[in-house]
Amino acid sequence: MTTTETASRPPTRRPKRNASVLFDVPGPRARRRNHILTVVFALVFLGVLALLIWALDQKHQLDGKLWTPFTKANVWQNYVWHGLWATLKATVVAAVLALVFGVVFGIARLSDHRWIRLPAGAVVEFFRAIPVLIMMFFALVGPPIIADAFGRAFDPLSGFEAVVVGLTLYNGSVLAEIIRAGINSVPSGQSEAGYSIGLRKSGVMLRILVPQGITAMMPAIVSQLVVLLKDSALGYIIAYEDLLNSGFYQVKSNYGNLIPAAIVVTAIYVAMNMALGYFANWLERRSRRSSRSAARSLGTGTGAPPAAGVGGSGVGLP
Amino acid sequence: MNLNELIDFAPVFDNLGQILRGFWTTVQLSAVTAVFAMIIGTVVAGMRVSPIPVLRGAGTVYVNLFRNTPLTLILLFCGLGLRDTLGIWAHGDASTSGYWLAVLGLSVYTGAFICESLRAGINTVPLGQAEAARSIGLTFNQSLRLVVLPQAFRSVIAPIGSVLIAMIKNTSVALVAGSSEATAVMKQMFDDDSGSVVPIFLVFAAGYMILTLPTGYFFGWLAKRKAVSR
Repeated sequence: MTTTETASRPPTRRPKRNASVLFDVPGPRARRRNHILTVVFALVFLGVLALLIWALDQKHQLDGKLWTPFTKANVWQNYVWHGLWATLKATVVAAVLALVFGVVFGIARLSDHRWIRLPAGAVVEFFRAIPVLIMMFFALVGPPIIADAFGRAFDPLSGFEAVVVGLTLYNGSVLAEIIRAGINSVPSGQSEAGYSIGLRKSGVMLRILVPQGITAMMPAIVSQLVVLLKDSALGYIIAYEDLLNSGFYQVKSNYGNLIPAAIVVTAIYVAMNMALGYFANWLERRSRRSSRSAARSLGTGTGAPPAAGVGGSGVGLP
Repeated sequence: MNLNELIDFAPVFDNLGQILRGFWTTVQLSAVTAVFAMIIGTVVAGMRVSPIPVLRGAGTVYVNLFRNTPLTLILLFCGLGLRDTLGIWAHGDASTSGYWLAVLGLSVYTGAFICESLRAGINTVPLGQAEAARSIGLTFNQSLRLVVLPQAFRSVIAPIGSVLIAMIKNTSVALVAGSSEATAVMKQMFDDDSGSVVPIFLVFAAGYMILTLPTGYFFGWLAKRKAVSR
């Protein structure tokens, strides 16, 4: 696709009507039916909600006293903020390392030399095909034993380090695919033009492909950060004191307030991830409008083709 | 310890039965979850594209809630909350109840992603297709069955495949809810025999790759075969 084609795409904004691909603009009868169904389903949902509240109340999970721990500053200080800080620390460190990993392996997979391209591809596909959790377990116990076999001593990794290693290897591999796809999404005419004005491979990459590819891949990269942030909760399993461990498990164990603790921690996770998600969507809208890049945006994930074998990058997956 | 001991696979093959049982649980967990997640995803996607605002709102809340909550939290809530506190499936065999709680948590979580893939698929069908269907006099059901859904389903094969592969890998978290699938077996073996963690890890990594890679190539092949030329 060339720039002119991108520019001449019809505007996506349609006149504001209620027609969708499934439903025509409702007439008077359909409107009346929709109003009735609205009331019916509202009642059904309220009924389910009431049932849920009644069931929880029967088990004394909604008693006011269960919320009192969350009115104390020291609970927020020692458990919630403590855990949130640990989660953010692991997320940020892993995000930076994963970006470095992704850039190195993404560009290595685009190399003209087979002896660079194939090993890089094997590493990326290996880490994308196995669960993050088994990487974390292995990071926790593996290094000292491997070091021992080579006659060296090596202290076991801490929970924090194991979380970061697991998150970096998996998300770094996904980011490598995103970066590869982003650079491939720049039309070939761009690099041909670069070569024809006398740039070398590195010049074409750094001055032409990367700047335009970044616009296309930014939304996908931010979407992947949502995955990384959510996966940091796996740290709970390997006894890292993250938000899930300290804010939910420990609070619940110490104060016996399962439902309030779950609500508070879920709200924090959902708020952080939705903020990142909106940021990704905003970036995507912006990059679709942008005329500075000839590349088409990779999107934010929901519809992007991913996973080994399926082709594409695996952006923003569970 | 020397290099030969480091990559000695003998202790792993002594426990092959245990490993295979673990992976068999993983396969069952994935298959059952796939079915429930598809059902949940389809229902919620139907809600999100319906003309009734309450249904749309409920669908949006569902997706935003479960898609943005860590799976570990959902499964932990299933184990600690539903079973230990509220007494759901608390009776009987611990690993059976752990299995079904894991199915519940994984289905609810994966369903949100299936819903978004289906909705994206419906949105790829151009409005003109539906308008053309209506203008030749097809009813709502006919245009849905003959024109819109066939195109939508074809374009979601690849995204759904990716969601299902991610779900297979996510079954590793099911140990939080008390299910004894492959990752739980691996953790147990790490604890029992810390000397041979390298071969154990490699065997389990290979096991997961045997599950995920062919699934990926199958969906990639199917998506290419069924692609809509547009």
